[in-house]
Amino acid sequence: MKKVIVKLEDFTKKYGEKEIIKNINLEVYEGEFITLLGSSGCGKTTILRSISGMDRPTSGKVYLDGEDVTDVDPTKRQVNTIFQNYALFPLMTIEKNIEFGLKMKKVPKQERKKRVKEMIELVHLEGYEKRKPKELSGGEQQRVSIVRGLINNPKVLLLDEPLSALDLKLRKKMQIELKQLQKKLGITFIYVTHDQDEALSMSDRIAVIKDGKIEQIGTPVEVYEKPKSIYVADFLGEANIFKGIIKDDTCICEEANIKIMPKFKNDTKVDLIVRPENVKLSKEKNSDLVGTIYEQIYDGAFTKILIKVNKKIIKAIISGNDKIYKKNDEVYLTWDVEDAIILESENNEK
Amino acid sequence: MKNNKIIDNLCIFLVFSFLFLPILVIILFSFNTSSLNIVFEGFTFDWYKELFNNKTLLEALYNTLIVAFVSTIISTIIGTISAYALKKYNFPFKNIILELLYIPIVIPEIVLGISLLAIYTLFKLELGLFTLILAHICFSIPFVIINVRSVLDNMDPNIEKAASDLGASKLKTFFYVVIPTILPGILSGAQLALTLSLDDVVISYFTAGPGSNTLPLHVYSIIKTGVTPDVNALITIMLLFVFVILTISTIINLKRLRRM
Repeated sequence: MKKVIVKLEDFTKKYGEKEIIKNINLEVYEGEFITLLGSSGCGKTTILRSISGMDRPTSGKVYLDGEDVTDVDPTKRQVNTIFQNYALFPLMTIEKNIEFGLKMKKVPKQERKKRVKEMIELVHLEGYEKRKPKELSGGEQQRVSIVRGLINNPKVLLLDEPLSALDLKLRKKMQIELKQLQKKLGITFIYVTHDQDEALSMSDRIAVIKDGKIEQIGTPVEVYEKPKSIYVADFLGEANIFKGIIKDDTCICEEANIKIMPKFKNDTKVDLIVRPENVKLSKEKNSDLVGTIYEQIYDGAFTKILIKVNKKIIKAIISGNDKIYKKNDEVYLTWDVEDAIILESENNEK
Repeated sequence: MKNNKIIDNLCIFLVFSFLFLPILVIILFSFNTSSLNIVFEGFTFDWYKELFNNKTLLEALYNTLIVAFVSTIISTIIGTISAYALKKYNFPFKNIILELLYIPIVIPEIVLGISLLAIYTLFKLELGLFTLILAHICFSIPFVIINVRSVLDNMDPNIEKAASDLGASKLKTFFYVVIPTILPGILSGAQLALTLSLDDVVISYFTAGPGSNTLPLHVYSIIKTGVTPDVNALITIMLLFVFVILTISTIINLKRLRRM
């Protein structure tokens, strides 16, 4: 049984009349890397702030390591936050920045020196001790801000979009670094981001947040391959969505009749979702679904192909850059029956 | 093209002459053997010797410095704390208070002087160094607040959150993190307060009492009989003093800029 380190119980947050967080229950296990994923304004940062103590929930409880910390002052919680814009103290040296938490706890100087040295070695910033934050690159500053939190031995490290200010290449590098750091230290990371790639590549679990509610929670593979709603399917990666009605293990859609796994009752309204990488194209007639090539977008390792089916644009991804199709070529679309994700329509009653 | 350059340089020369010629004249006349500030007759250090024997002048200088330093320190402390409160907290009439801040800056000094005198009389305060310092604090505070506010506006609010996240209490956050970050604003506010206090005549004229004559007041009062060259000497010394301070602060600023 995994130990629960952070628990949110019936957590609700209102700003005035507006309900930002709607009755969330969430359990975070010790040592895991969990990502709160959602578009901006979905409430993910509010959840983080309530764990750190910077914000109090309107109702509900926050537990940290079994203890109710709902009304505990942020300075007394064994939790640290990493901010998006690093929030380093501009006039202190790197050394002093990292040391700050221990100094506030009145740890003896010898001990502080030792720990700061360890932290600097941990993120390979030897030689930067006496510099000011402004003299460091964005990635280096972010590393400083991470160990400035870690030096306090937090039970949980909260990261609020820590990489969004970095350029793509550096971001990719920092993703790997962060993940390795987390594994090495075994500290629980709660990571907030709106970047689905970041969430998929780093997390042990992802909680997809929509409008102040947890839409789905699970491992990256689960949320990507078995999304519970169109929102999740569309938010994580790209999705081709067909709407239809089940008739004898076939989905009758506007575009075509598509064979599906025998799982649904007749007359159920469903959404059929196929990931672009699962769509196979063929010039031979091997299915009902036919379209014309609309656009081909070369993206280095793979090529994205947009196919016009009726009025809908279907995306497909093929590896390599072989331009085997021309614009307005007629192609047939297929996929393995088990690659289709089928969800009962949310507005079934209507 | 070449002509343009000459005109450019001429303009610069004229502007700088306009700014600095009066100061140069004062310095020159402080070494003048004649006691009239009209013609330069010969070179002498006599006025500097005279200066140190002139009790009234030295006392006025002493008063000026006391008033300037005390009022600067107090107004800087009050101004900094007020600016922080105005930035950080929301309270009723905050916007009105912010607007009211500009009033001491824009109203004629004479109005402020007379009002202060009226208040002192009302409370039966005896005019002296104390009332003078009080008056200077009064007109300095808004300048400090405005200077500190402008740096506070540029301060990353997450810095304070980070400090509290790392276990610093509000007081510790203020002293360890906020103050060092806004120090440039505090210093420029203090610098302004100091300069304003050093050369204030109008408000001091109303709020100073016997025995609390300041240098600007003294110079103003002897103008009718003519400014003696020992005043020129004193001003030259003060100029030297200001020049040294300016040089130091410029060097510090340049170093900081380079590090950023």
